[in-house]
Amino acid sequence: MSTMALKSQADGLFRRKRLVAFGLPALIVVYLAYIVFAFDIPGLAERARMDNARALVADSYSYKTHVTRDNRSGDVSIAIEGERKGAYADGTAPAWVTLGDQTVIDLEDGHVVRFAETGVSYDVPGFGLITAEPGPRGVQTNLDPENVPDWINLSKNRMTITTDAGRVTVTRNRTEVFRYFAGWELFFFTLDSPYHGHGAGEILFGPRIDPARGNIAGALHDFWHNAMWRHAEVAWAMFETVLMAFLGTMGAAIVALPLAFLAARNFAPLGALRFAVRRVFDFVRGVDGLIWTIILARAFGPGPMTGALAILFTDTGSFGKMFSEALENVDRKQIEGLQSTGARPLQRYRFGVIPQITPVLLSQVLYYLESNTRSATIIGAITGGGIGLLLTQAMITQKDWEEVSYYIVLILLMVMLMDWLSGKLRQRLIAGGR
Amino acid sequence: MAELTAAPHPGNGIDPIRAEYMALTRRKRLYGGLTLLVFVLLMLSGFTLADSRNAGGFWDGLHRIFDFPAQVLGEAWDKIDLMPAHLVKFFPALIETINIAAVSTLVGAMLAIVLSLLSTRGLARFPALIPLFRRIMDVMRAVPEIVIALVLIFILGGGPVPAMIAIAFHTAGALGKLFSEVNENASLKPVEGLESVGANWTQRMLLGVVPQVAPNYLSYGLLRFEINIRASAILGFVGAGGIGYELKNAMSWGQGKFDEAAAIFLLLFGAIVVFDQVSSHFRNKLTHGGGA
Repeated sequence: MSTMALKSQADGLFRRKRLVAFGLPALIVVYLAYIVFAFDIPGLAERARMDNARALVADSYSYKTHVTRDNRSGDVSIAIEGERKGAYADGTAPAWVTLGDQTVIDLEDGHVVRFAETGVSYDVPGFGLITAEPGPRGVQTNLDPENVPDWINLSKNRMTITTDAGRVTVTRNRTEVFRYFAGWELFFFTLDSPYHGHGAGEILFGPRIDPARGNIAGALHDFWHNAMWRHAEVAWAMFETVLMAFLGTMGAAIVALPLAFLAARNFAPLGALRFAVRRVFDFVRGVDGLIWTIILARAFGPGPMTGALAILFTDTGSFGKMFSEALENVDRKQIEGLQSTGARPLQRYRFGVIPQITPVLLSQVLYYLESNTRSATIIGAITGGGIGLLLTQAMITQKDWEEVSYYIVLILLMVMLMDWLSGKLRQRLIAGGR
Repeated sequence: MAELTAAPHPGNGIDPIRAEYMALTRRKRLYGGLTLLVFVLLMLSGFTLADSRNAGGFWDGLHRIFDFPAQVLGEAWDKIDLMPAHLVKFFPALIETINIAAVSTLVGAMLAIVLSLLSTRGLARFPALIPLFRRIMDVMRAVPEIVIALVLIFILGGGPVPAMIAIAFHTAGALGKLFSEVNENASLKPVEGLESVGANWTQRMLLGVVPQVAPNYLSYGLLRFEINIRASAILGFVGAGGIGYELKNAMSWGQGKFDEAAAIFLLLFGAIVVFDQVSSHFRNKLTHGGGA
């Protein structure tokens, strides 16, 4: 009888296990299927802007130099990425552009573009000479409009030729030639710096380049104040982000510690007070960092202080909860021992309780410091401060993708450094605490 | 008694010991005090620095801190009859935010299970590649969600998908690390047993390891879910759908829509508190009363 009962019991158990083993994955699959429709994932392919993705990727590892002629005045200007900060001074040009009556732009591999008196000619190897004449009635070309290869885009007022060597755009007002290069442009020195184009060896050991100042000092100054990449500002923004995380985390720990005593069962005899303090912790934790950021930004305006306070408020709740739990787990014997020597309450806390909870507390605080560095990036993007702000600004302009990738790399390095640092400190703390 | 008689003699007994002990204590106290001083100075100078870089000063803003909440509450109170309608109106957005968090936790956790099993000593499929998978997880963990979300919003347009991918990516890294710590404590005997009957790596992991560690996985997963609800609300604010996006719209409209903002605050607060309570209840059950 009993074996029968056992067997039926085991059968029931197996049935239940089987149900869970198949039911749970099935449930997940059903949920994911619902999400596919709720988030309109089939429509994603249409909405996705792959040209944006391509521009983003291409721009993050290459840059282009614009050679532009104003077709009305005939002036030719050369600028890296077409920005004023990257413009060549009048009368100067990179080696592949020859200025003069006729501007000759060598795009390499036999591709040559010439700006004549008014017209433009582009010698494409294996295709022939394309000429274009911008005039008041549009752009006249020697191409047969019925039979244009697909790398040329031709309309009445515009001609665009895209080849592997570069891109030529002719409109009535302007003629533009782009040439692409790998790398990040002017990362170290802008064109107006005398150190542009000199290698590290030359700057460190070579003769003085700028007679007014020493090589190393001058190069550092020009690098630090690079107008294109703004290294000084970026470094400051990174520091601001770390500062937000540090002030927020440490401030929260300082505020939470005394409050945690009031919320711990073994230290606060008054039940009503304990309940109230706990609800305060729950409240500040529940009013998420996002809401705190918005409320505080209204009072204090954008900046690092607002971000630090937002982190402080949210984490006071989390720390308060964790600290009070740690306090409830302290060993009473040490406190009683101190009491027997006649220690006053404050002394009992200082020597009987704090040493017991310090390792737990510090390791939690350090863990939050790392995670808050990430939060500070996001909060900075919302409230306007630190590297998060620079990142969103660079995103909004939608053209300086090399700067976006630079910031992303810096953020990653910053977070990984904080992670490493907090891990190292925690390790030492746990090893030293024993 | 013996000490009392020994004490008057200089040079032996407890006097030098006491002196040494006092010196040690003094030195310790000095170091402790110095550390504290440096810390206090760091906090103070950091505070003043942050204050000077802020648009509005701390002391000017302090008395204005309740102005905005009072404004919002006042407007919400004036239009209290509209509140139920607002709550109903923004409820779908809240569901979207929670869905983003749930899917990204699910997807991230699944990725994390694979990554953690691949990077645990004794379990890894390719032991030589353990450091590689660990570095991959470190990098995934270090990426703030906003970085991926902003890039994907640019490519895919606004909506829940960029936020989902961004959070899932970070979740996979964060959970992967925790999971691999759990895996290290798993008993290898079931794995060896399965190996002896010819199970392949996937079967060994699914049948030998995962059942042992599933409660811990679940507990960490629930904790992540709580965190991800907050993250998905924040990401909504920078353009990826859900309740954060509605909040941003209501906020940038300013006065006149603060009643809507109040409704959204209420929904978000409620959702966070409810999920916190539910998840901590289940986590307690898993760790204490668990089925282990």
